[in-house]
Amino acid sequence: MVPKSDVIHQYLRPKKKFPHVWCSGCGLGVILGSMIRSIHSLDLPKDDIVVCSGIGCSSRLPVYVDFNTLHTTHGRAIAFATGVKVANPRLKVIVVTGDGDCLAIGGNHFIHACRRNIDITVILANNWIYGMTGGQFSPTTPTGRRGSTAPYGNIEQNFDPTRLAIASGAAYVARSTVYHVDQLDKMITGALNKRGFSVVEVISNCHTYFGRLNKQGDPVEMLKWMKSHAMPIQAARKLPPEKMEGKFVTGLLHDEEKMEFCERYQQLIDELQSKEAR
Amino acid sequence: MEREVRLLQGNEACVEGAILAGVRFFGGYPITPSTEVAEGMSRRLPQIGGRFIQMEDEIGSIAAIIGASCAGAKSMTATSGPGFSLMQENIGYAYITETPCVIVDVQRGGPSTGLPTKVSQADTMQAGFGPHGDYHAIAIAPSGVEEILYSTIEAVNLAESYRTPVVVLLDEVIAHMREKVTMPSKEEVKVVERRKPTVPPDWYKHFEISPTGVSPMASFGDGYRFNVTGLTHDQMGFPTANASEITMMLDKLKEKIIKNNETICEFELTEMDDDPKVAIISYGIVARAAKQAVMMAREQRLKVGAVRPKAIWPLAVNTLRKQLRNVRKLIVAELNQGQLINMIKHHVDRRHTEIIPLQRYDGELITPAQILNKIKEVKHHGTQV
Amino acid sequence: MADDSEKTKETSPETKTAEETGDKKKTEKAKHEGPPLKIFYHWCKGCNICIAFCPQKVFEPDRDGKPIIAHPEECTQCAFCWLHCPDMAIVSTEK
Repeated sequence: MVPKSDVIHQYLRPKKKFPHVWCSGCGLGVILGSMIRSIHSLDLPKDDIVVCSGIGCSSRLPVYVDFNTLHTTHGRAIAFATGVKVANPRLKVIVVTGDGDCLAIGGNHFIHACRRNIDITVILANNWIYGMTGGQFSPTTPTGRRGSTAPYGNIEQNFDPTRLAIASGAAYVARSTVYHVDQLDKMITGALNKRGFSVVEVISNCHTYFGRLNKQGDPVEMLKWMKSHAMPIQAARKLPPEKMEGKFVTGLLHDEEKMEFCERYQQLIDELQSKEAR
Repeated sequence: MEREVRLLQGNEACVEGAILAGVRFFGGYPITPSTEVAEGMSRRLPQIGGRFIQMEDEIGSIAAIIGASCAGAKSMTATSGPGFSLMQENIGYAYITETPCVIVDVQRGGPSTGLPTKVSQADTMQAGFGPHGDYHAIAIAPSGVEEILYSTIEAVNLAESYRTPVVVLLDEVIAHMREKVTMPSKEEVKVVERRKPTVPPDWYKHFEISPTGVSPMASFGDGYRFNVTGLTHDQMGFPTANASEITMMLDKLKEKIIKNNETICEFELTEMDDDPKVAIISYGIVARAAKQAVMMAREQRLKVGAVRPKAIWPLAVNTLRKQLRNVRKLIVAELNQGQLINMIKHHVDRRHTEIIPLQRYDGELITPAQILNKIKEVKHHGTQV
Repeated sequence: MADDSEKTKETSPETKTAEETGDKKKTEKAKHEGPPLKIFYHWCKGCNICIAFCPQKVFEPDRDGKPIIAHPEECTQCAFCWLHCPDMAIVSTEK
């Protein structure tokens, strides 16, 4: 029996150079570990897993893992993943993306994949910033917070990715953080196990840019912030709105059973081919 | 053997050709005048266990077909000018990741929304140089409905042979016109499969430098667990910023195509056997008018011939120069403000051959009469015909 | 591809207890046989998360900010450190 903590290393690409490319303290490493533990707990065969990503810090994840990996263009991971899944529905397709990649340039592909309810799992690393390009604000940067292209504070509203996903028709929507790792493992496991479009938003820390520009420039500090501002949904439901001020909800936010795209398309194929046979 | 004869629209012939070639995934978005390809694929693919998806836009379409190709499916999309422009970034991705796929571009008036329901050949240069960066394109250009069927098969085969995206360059007229097609049987059609790896997974390099110039290609789920990235990469497919690895990668993309220019690009010659001094070069629907004009000219005892490249990219310049070595006046007829002509001027010896443009870009066709007039005009300027 | 020595350097685990580094005086006996954790110092980037959050204060920083297992006997195998390590540089030795 392999000790739980050793699991991660069995799923890393031995030919790839480590340590990884992310900043010291970046939450993406935690997300990588959580994703691997979830895959391991479900006993999913490595050969059947495809991890897709777009462009950004989050999107550097797939190259490190020993699966079929597809590092695509900015914002388009979900569209590529759709092609992979539809062409071979046997494959387990995971998309790792970021707040800019998924919700700005990739927004359209995101909402349509939700609408189609295609059996893909999206792990959305939300660090409220465009890290790779030097700290520009993103669609999830909270109003008033600074980015390198919002030097006086973001004047725009920000998305709640989970509400967007639910409204667009995703079957399974959850949120966790890189502090709440046990919960994160459970949410990702549930998402991978779900037949349908599943989204796990992971609040992560970019202390290098978001943190520094907003005077939260230390990973430990940012994790402590996540700890004190996250509210699990079971507790949040019982609290009055004033108590939720400044906090965000975590846990499984939406889970419904509905027809999945590949399944429905296969039904169509079967119907047509049996008509042909008659 | 009895072969089925059908009256098909150009776009329909494209669908049938794709299916005969083994295409089993289509991701597309409606756009005039290519929509019939998507409609045809949506109807035919589920009948044969293939898969069709209408994506939310053209960018999603090209992304989906590349993803599907990585998962092992022969894949295709179809679009027109505006959609073709949107697709360019991901076509570049297909180039650098050496992923086979076919993009049908049914040309219409441009730029931008342009003239959605009428013809042009204004994407000629774009088919060769759409994406940013360095790469070498293949674009096949049929000029009739039956040829569209075979050209689509050829495009799929070229994509799979060379691990590259291939453009099928149609135009609104040949895509929408209806002509008789004698359907080949499945057995008659030559289908090329991509070369699979012959080494165990731990020894597999998705971009291995190989003697043929084209690396074998595993699919997701085959047990090879490889990385595909749009970043410049080494033979393993891992990103690299190393100068020599980058040079090696880009040279590989170049060599695999340019070494094969002369085989990829074929020509159709009309009345060139007696070395006419005047010739017309054109492609697509214009070549039909050129052929007609040559017939009419010959009836009037004018010695003239026509050359039709069946692939615009790469242009087999050595073959072309040979064919044109006795031509003194070359009319380049095209439905744009001068795109093919740039390449002709670049490659043909202008000390011996005068290049004369015949361009139309108002959504209407260059007629055989117009070409004949040009031939006569050109003849009057002192050519021994 | 990296040459073999490079690979060994990057993946071989190293463990530093307080005794080996001599940075800290160690008087109590360890509860377990050997150290409770193994740290891969070439992967560790010294982010300080394990040191700051360990409920038992098992770690102390070395010169580079990387964790030394200063108080191995205090470790309760709560798993916080290796679950939160962004560099995958800590594993538990517990079977």
